[in-house]
Amino acid sequence: MSDKTHKLVEVTDLSVVFTQDGQRTQAVDHASFDIAEGETLALVGESGSGKSVTALSLMQLLPYPPASHPSGTILYRGQSVIGADARALMGIRGNEISMIFQEPMTSLNPLHTIERQVGEVLEVHRGMRATAARARVLELLTKVGLQNAEKRLGAYPHELSGGQRQRVMIAMALANEPRLLIADEPTTALDVTVQAQILKLLKSLSREMGMAMLLITHDLGIVRKMADRVCVMQDGQIVETDTTARLFASPAHPYTQHLISSEPGGKPLAARADAPEIISADNLKVWFPIKKGVLKRTVDHVKAVDGVSLRVRRGHTVGVVGESGSGKTTLGLGLLRLIDSDGPIVFMGQHIENDSWSRLRARRADMQIVFQDPYGSLSPRLSVAQIVEEGLLVHGAELSYDARRARVAAALQEVGIDPATMDRYPHEFSGGQRQRIAIARAMVLKPGFVVLDEPTSALDMSVQAQIVDLLRDLQRHHDLAYLFISHDLKVVRALADDVIVMRNGKVVEQGAADQIFDAPQTAYTKALMAAAFELETAPEGVVAS
Amino acid sequence: MSDTVARAGINWDATWLGRLNKARTSPINQRRWRNFKANRRGYWAMWVFLSLFIVSLFAEFIANDKPLLVTFDGGIYTPVFVAYPEIEFGGDFATEADYRDPFVQELITEKGGTIIWPLIRYSYDTINLDLPVPAPAPPSAENWLGTDDQGRDVVARVIYGFRISVLFGLILTFFSSIVGVTAGAVQGFFGGWTDLLFQRFIEIWTSIPALYLIIIVAAVIEPTFWILLGTLLLFSWVALVGVVRAEFLRGRNLEYVAAARALGLRNGTIMFKHVLPNAMVATLTFLPFILNASITTLTALDFLGFGLPPGSPSLGELLAQGKNNLQAPWLGFTGFFVIAFMLSLLVFVGEAVRDAFDPRKTLE
Repeated sequence: MSDKTHKLVEVTDLSVVFTQDGQRTQAVDHASFDIAEGETLALVGESGSGKSVTALSLMQLLPYPPASHPSGTILYRGQSVIGADARALMGIRGNEISMIFQEPMTSLNPLHTIERQVGEVLEVHRGMRATAARARVLELLTKVGLQNAEKRLGAYPHELSGGQRQRVMIAMALANEPRLLIADEPTTALDVTVQAQILKLLKSLSREMGMAMLLITHDLGIVRKMADRVCVMQDGQIVETDTTARLFASPAHPYTQHLISSEPGGKPLAARADAPEIISADNLKVWFPIKKGVLKRTVDHVKAVDGVSLRVRRGHTVGVVGESGSGKTTLGLGLLRLIDSDGPIVFMGQHIENDSWSRLRARRADMQIVFQDPYGSLSPRLSVAQIVEEGLLVHGAELSYDARRARVAAALQEVGIDPATMDRYPHEFSGGQRQRIAIARAMVLKPGFVVLDEPTSALDMSVQAQIVDLLRDLQRHHDLAYLFISHDLKVVRALADDVIVMRNGKVVEQGAADQIFDAPQTAYTKALMAAAFELETAPEGVVAS
Repeated sequence: MSDTVARAGINWDATWLGRLNKARTSPINQRRWRNFKANRRGYWAMWVFLSLFIVSLFAEFIANDKPLLVTFDGGIYTPVFVAYPEIEFGGDFATEADYRDPFVQELITEKGGTIIWPLIRYSYDTINLDLPVPAPAPPSAENWLGTDDQGRDVVARVIYGFRISVLFGLILTFFSSIVGVTAGAVQGFFGGWTDLLFQRFIEIWTSIPALYLIIIVAAVIEPTFWILLGTLLLFSWVALVGVVRAEFLRGRNLEYVAAARALGLRNGTIMFKHVLPNAMVATLTFLPFILNASITTLTALDFLGFGLPPGSPSLGELLAQGKNNLQAPWLGFTGFFVIAFMLSLLVFVGEAVRDAFDPRKTLE
């Protein structure tokens, strides 16, 4: 620890309490940390650990009340922030301390050009006008690596990609050359290759401008790559603070050890060589027509899935990886014929590509799907038993009420949910438990084939590992075939026997998982691997920016 | 309770009572109820309105030209419910006794009988034949708000008129919600051509001037309560279609709806079980305002003379009388204040309901 006078931010004994309807929720519990000039401090923890609330209280951006600070001080360059008047806070917010958020789409105003949005910051804090501001905006956008910055000045947020939008957000945050940049999950909403680019940009900017950074993230890979020091948060408390190197080498607190060891691991179960094929598709296409004119003539197609062939055998997992918009999810939906698809699909020995909805309805028990968002995929108005039971009402109509309850209980038991809780509602369960319930809903029908559409993406790291283990157990017990769709290559490596790499609806590379992970052939797959496992950027032109 | 039901083989949660029980206690509904109560004006408006409505449902016991109870010659008579001939009390005619007639009253009291009258001794169609001045008579101890130009008691007519207005509004709201929600649900859920054609149809339909059409209908057939209701229903159902359609358009893309589809559920089940509950929030928020609009339409028709059959107690007709008898301001004032008060109460309730379902009102 260096001399006190050099600290940029000192937080001592900070608590944050939210009071609602007489209920007190302690979000931050006596947290203390400091940030030196030019230093990058990472705040790590799982969702709900109080990371974002801590960061927001540095700028006093919490809703006061219901939020309050029963204890603690926050000093910014020796000045107290808590209780400072509005004028003093205005001087700090956006000027001395800037912030970038997770979701670049909603953080930018969709109705203003990017020149206006970045220029506004300059106008408010620096009083800059027209030409001077324009020159500075251009300088900033070039600095954050927005290509063709001059042409992009008049662009609206929707015309930019996610990565470009995040660059604009960073330009806005840097406009006043802040001493501290708070980055709240800055890359969570981005694809891995873009994530690598943004992280690289942040790192070079902080070095160049001597800017301190408070990096909030749940991803230990990012921490290892970016941070000088790390604070680990659990349930509102900072349980461990150390330099990055020491923390990863010898984590002291059990929770830190748990976090570090909780990356999804294990090996996929190899299917038996003679396992029968359960589903196969040849040259599968899902094209959405683009219609124009009064007569709605089809002028072109969006080729969401364009000629994908695959086969999945019993007890076998095919992983589908790719970035957002690559057509992974559409492939899964098209394969189950939940959306219209083109091309032969053979399911358990029978062609289903021309089956009507009512014929397919009978088959649905054998082919199931688990969705990404455990909050969106369970109806908030039904109890867990009602949710899991739903498929049985269609496919097991002959079952009595008690028999159905028994099947539901067995399915819940199998995914690790106490059957005694089956009459509760989804909101009473955590994200991981909800995902288990969603899996139970699919498993209660005893399907042969399950499409898993990003089942771990919305979950915390340690929960991801549990879900991966659960999926593997279920596969072993029931000899299930999986189509595992994910953008997260670590999870895919832990589960998939075969891998399909998709980009813009087309297959880039397809083959055995070992071969693809260890010796990728195409430049795109190599870039994807580097970005996912090493957080390294690819050479220009291989991936989108 | 739920255990015994479960043992009997009935799915307690699937019964509507079970659902209601769960819905009432679910935290989101508790929050809504708190938000509703937090709007003090709306909360009190609801109680005032409910009390007035429930009281008006028993209008026959409050304002009637027949006694509640008559004891006569050792027997107990309830003229409110049963029509007794005058002969029963020793009179001359075989027709129903006119208890307001001093002769009949005398017959009863002569034999030591007693008559228990309601608070107001007039029904909506009772004509006060003993008016000291030509009708409309100003307010007096006998007729608290005076009489209208046919000598009928205004208080009695207001009580019955309030009841018929609210009942009409409630029934119309109920049926237009059912039709509107169904139409919106079908459009939103299926989308595509169904939606397109239905939307164009609604655009054409809403451009028909409803009031004129009803006036034409009223000129051809004499409108009864139900004919009026049906005609108004033809046009009032569109009010809800927009919001419900929007909710269904959104709802059909929810993940749990996709999951239900993957489970092989039928469209009808998905719509009813998974999407409709989402649309109910928007529907409930609109209901008080639709109720208001229904009542206003009925009043307007009555005012113009194309509404309920002649002689019916109606607030619109009271207003029309006020207009025709400017020398009797109690008619116009009464009509105005009653309608203004009733509609304001409903608007206040509507505002509170809107607050209750407002998802942004969580941190207050």
